Amino acid sequence: MNTEPENASPHDDSRRTFLKQSTLLTAMALVPGPVVSAAEAKLDERVAEAIEQVPLSLKVNGKKLKLSVEPRTTLLDLLREQLHLNGTKKGCDYGQCGACTVHVDGQRVNSCLSFAVMHDGKEITTIEGLADGDKLHPMQEAFVKHDGFQCGYCTPGQIMSAVACVREGHAGSEGEIREYMSGNICRCGAYSNIVAAIQDVKKGGQKV
Amino acid sequence: MKTPEKQIGAPMDRVDGRLKVTGAATYSAEYELPGITYAVLVGSTITKGRITGIDSKAAERAPGVLAVITHFNSPKVPGFDTAGKDPSQPATVGGPIKIFHDDKIRFNDQPIAIVVADTLERARFAARLVKGQYAPEKHQTNLEASKPQAFLPTSAKKNPKNPMNDYQRGKTDAYKAGAIKLEQDYVIPTEVHHPMELQAITAHWEAPDRLTIYDKTQGTMATRRDFAKEWGLPEENVKVIATFVGGAFGNALHSWPHESAAIMAAKVVNRPVKLMLTREQMFTMVGYRPYTWQKIGMSATADGKITAITHESIGQTSSYEEFTESTLAQTRMMYQSPNLTTRYRLASLDIGSPIWMRGPGEATGAFALESAMDEMAHQLGIDPLEFRLRNYTDTDPENGKPWSTKFLKECYQLGADRIGWNKRQLKPGSVRDGDWQVGYGMGVGTFGAHRGAATVGAQLLPNGTVLLQCATTDIGPGTGTVMTQIAADTLGMDPQKIRFELGNSSFPKAGTQGGSSTVNSVGPATQQACLALKDKLRQLAAVGSAAFASAKKEDIILTDGYLTLASNSTARVPYAELLKQAGGTAVAVEAKPDGAGQKYSMYSFSVHFAEVLVHVLTGEVRVSKLVSCADAGTIINEKTAANQMKGGAVGGIGMALMEHAIIDDRYGRYITKDFADYHVPVNADSPDIQVAFVNQPDPYVNALGTKGIGEIATIGVAPAIANAVFNATGKRVRELPITPDKLV
Repeated sequence: MNTEPENASPHDDSRRTFLKQSTLLTAMALVPGPVVSAAEAKLDERVAEAIEQVPLSLKVNGKKLKLSVEPRTTLLDLLREQLHLNGTKKGCDYGQCGACTVHVDGQRVNSCLSFAVMHDGKEITTIEGLADGDKLHPMQEAFVKHDGFQCGYCTPGQIMSAVACVREGHAGSEGEIREYMSGNICRCGAYSNIVAAIQDVKKGGQKV
Repeated sequence: MKTPEKQIGAPMDRVDGRLKVTGAATYSAEYELPGITYAVLVGSTITKGRITGIDSKAAERAPGVLAVITHFNSPKVPGFDTAGKDPSQPATVGGPIKIFHDDKIRFNDQPIAIVVADTLERARFAARLVKGQYAPEKHQTNLEASKPQAFLPTSAKKNPKNPMNDYQRGKTDAYKAGAIKLEQDYVIPTEVHHPMELQAITAHWEAPDRLTIYDKTQGTMATRRDFAKEWGLPEENVKVIATFVGGAFGNALHSWPHESAAIMAAKVVNRPVKLMLTREQMFTMVGYRPYTWQKIGMSATADGKITAITHESIGQTSSYEEFTESTLAQTRMMYQSPNLTTRYRLASLDIGSPIWMRGPGEATGAFALESAMDEMAHQLGIDPLEFRLRNYTDTDPENGKPWSTKFLKECYQLGADRIGWNKRQLKPGSVRDGDWQVGYGMGVGTFGAHRGAATVGAQLLPNGTVLLQCATTDIGPGTGTVMTQIAADTLGMDPQKIRFELGNSSFPKAGTQGGSSTVNSVGPATQQACLALKDKLRQLAAVGSAAFASAKKEDIILTDGYLTLASNSTARVPYAELLKQAGGTAVAVEAKPDGAGQKYSMYSFSVHFAEVLVHVLTGEVRVSKLVSCADAGTIINEKTAANQMKGGAVGGIGMALMEHAIIDDRYGRYITKDFADYHVPVNADSPDIQVAFVNQPDPYVNALGTKGIGEIATIGVAPAIANAVFNATGKRVRELPITPDKLV
């Protein structure tokens, strides 16, 4: 970060400005008066912290959660840093590598590219929620059998994407699989084995 | 009893496969420590000069911020203190930058501050509030402009035996006098490793003098040594954990400034600190394959015998460290040329230090050499495979030693059959399939079969399983898996009952995972530790059973619950009995190379054959088929070894067709900052890659017969593709990557 040209528009402490301006207007009715004046007078940064949390309901891997998160928290950082579901990986934070792929209401999504609060009331499935107890999901089994990974870092994202790829009906041919799996980078280069794993699951006809 | 099936050579599933597919494998930013904090680095916005001030007040006041550390307020780091050392004697090859130690800026995005906060979001926000003020100086980030100042590395100047020195056999630059000759320049741009796991460290001072770091490193012991030295601690007070490493390809072979910064931050806030770099920072502060200019001069006889080769290169390094790599090594030993000259030079640029990237210098050098081979074959009107056969060597022409093993001819045959080399037309541009031109090319790779000392510990546990431990790492090749296979065969046990633990500097020592040397080194240590364990168990059993006293260790069999003998199944001692005895069962054995390298030249070899399609209108290049064949000695695990070969080939596709880190020299900063700008191969860029191994043991590298795979998987791939593009189009691209603009 901070590799912008030197004369690029500086980032001022706009968060504080935001607090003073818009938040005051919209939050006035919800927050006790003394708290607002405290924030306005910069008396207590901790107050800012309290009013910047937003309630959020999620169902993660079948479990209902009532959370309180900052609006700027991405779904990825919520999963990793607050819910301790580290299976979902951070590889770029820009939606370019697919390591953070999860399912939101059954659709594959780059969790780094969406804010957690955008998913209120939705159902999230991560790699930790894919197996049925001790029994691996057929895609997980196929990845082991075909050695569809090396270092393993992109693997959770690959598997979540692969499951979606089959469900979407995009696993009809090797070429189609390669196209529809191209949002998930594997720098170790296990692509051929990933394709073989997906083809195996598709051919097996099991419910994914 | 039934003899267990042989595991060496079998395509066993990875022992850690289940952890990797369930998300349970723990990487360095994923350790849950109480009171953990988050750090974000602030980088310099100038490329060279001095920091005149840092405004950190706003960041310090931001919610949740615990510390903002700069060189103005950084704690004293004992290892940074160079006072008392002779200033007229600079270090041989320099050293890494000392983080937050002085006001000097040596490269763009060099960290000037680290911000620590209680959440990641708060640390990230506060980091954006830190502003540096600078006194910039004129910088140089362009190698072409620095060529006149290129110099012989200090390591070579100081030691005439250093391989970075100029090399000569026969006459100097003899190609110039040749009747049939070529002279061409070749360029490799800067490429970046970009493992999928961002560089990450979790630093935890467990006591004021005891440090534990969970770190992305290829060498737990090297990292321990570096940070023990930096903080003036005994090595045993520093623990480095790298149980899982999310790829590295060389970029975790060095200790980097961000690691020092996180450790310092943890000291200051007195809580564990987690730091994960951004993808942009992966370009600037954790190494790259250096931009390298090369020139090859070659002469040959009309019947295809090479008479002379001159190979020169200038690679980039930083202003503060001299990074060298073996760019010219393959040229000195691959073909039988009586006259041969190599010259290796460096140019210092105001960019962070490079570090070996997969295949390292050999992959860079092979692009030039193997392209030139193809050019000369074309000039002579000889098939490129035939041209290589006419210059094949049965002894190492660099030093006259015999090869320990060399099955490159066998590789040529395996590959030529699989790609259908006989379909290749000698005349370029003569095959077309619709809008696509079709071409075939080949490239050869080689890499030293390196082996170092390694120690493996082994013990029998009360549940009848065997635990092996070693400080080595696994960045992806499957180290734990192949060691389990080696142990299973040596112990005659079911691999399910063996556990190989690695990635911890407290385990018995091993070198860094790099240079294709892990199986060569740790493999024999595992084998010997298992033999020692058997002997130890025999000795313990002999106390109560005479049958074991005279037994040979090869005769010992470990069953589910007791020790027995292959020759006498009535001799049985339960494990519980053995474990009751004083001293326990633990053994640790160090295995070292036996000096065979003095007598033999030991190398792995590979050849890659590519079929490419080049679109006549757009210049798009598709690699439609790739065949990689290797002479890598014994293959321990066919499945993981083939995977590694395919992965190296994919890396070679990136090198040939897309990878290119670009700096805007006016500002000295990368304009490629993420995967949208810096392209790496995706699934659709990868063809189905065929792999074939000769699988013949090398009797000299170690008792297992292995030679190493990681580097030769990539070395030679890029020229195979470039040569195929020439065969398809008649256009020779000597500057990678081969993008459509170079073909239309």
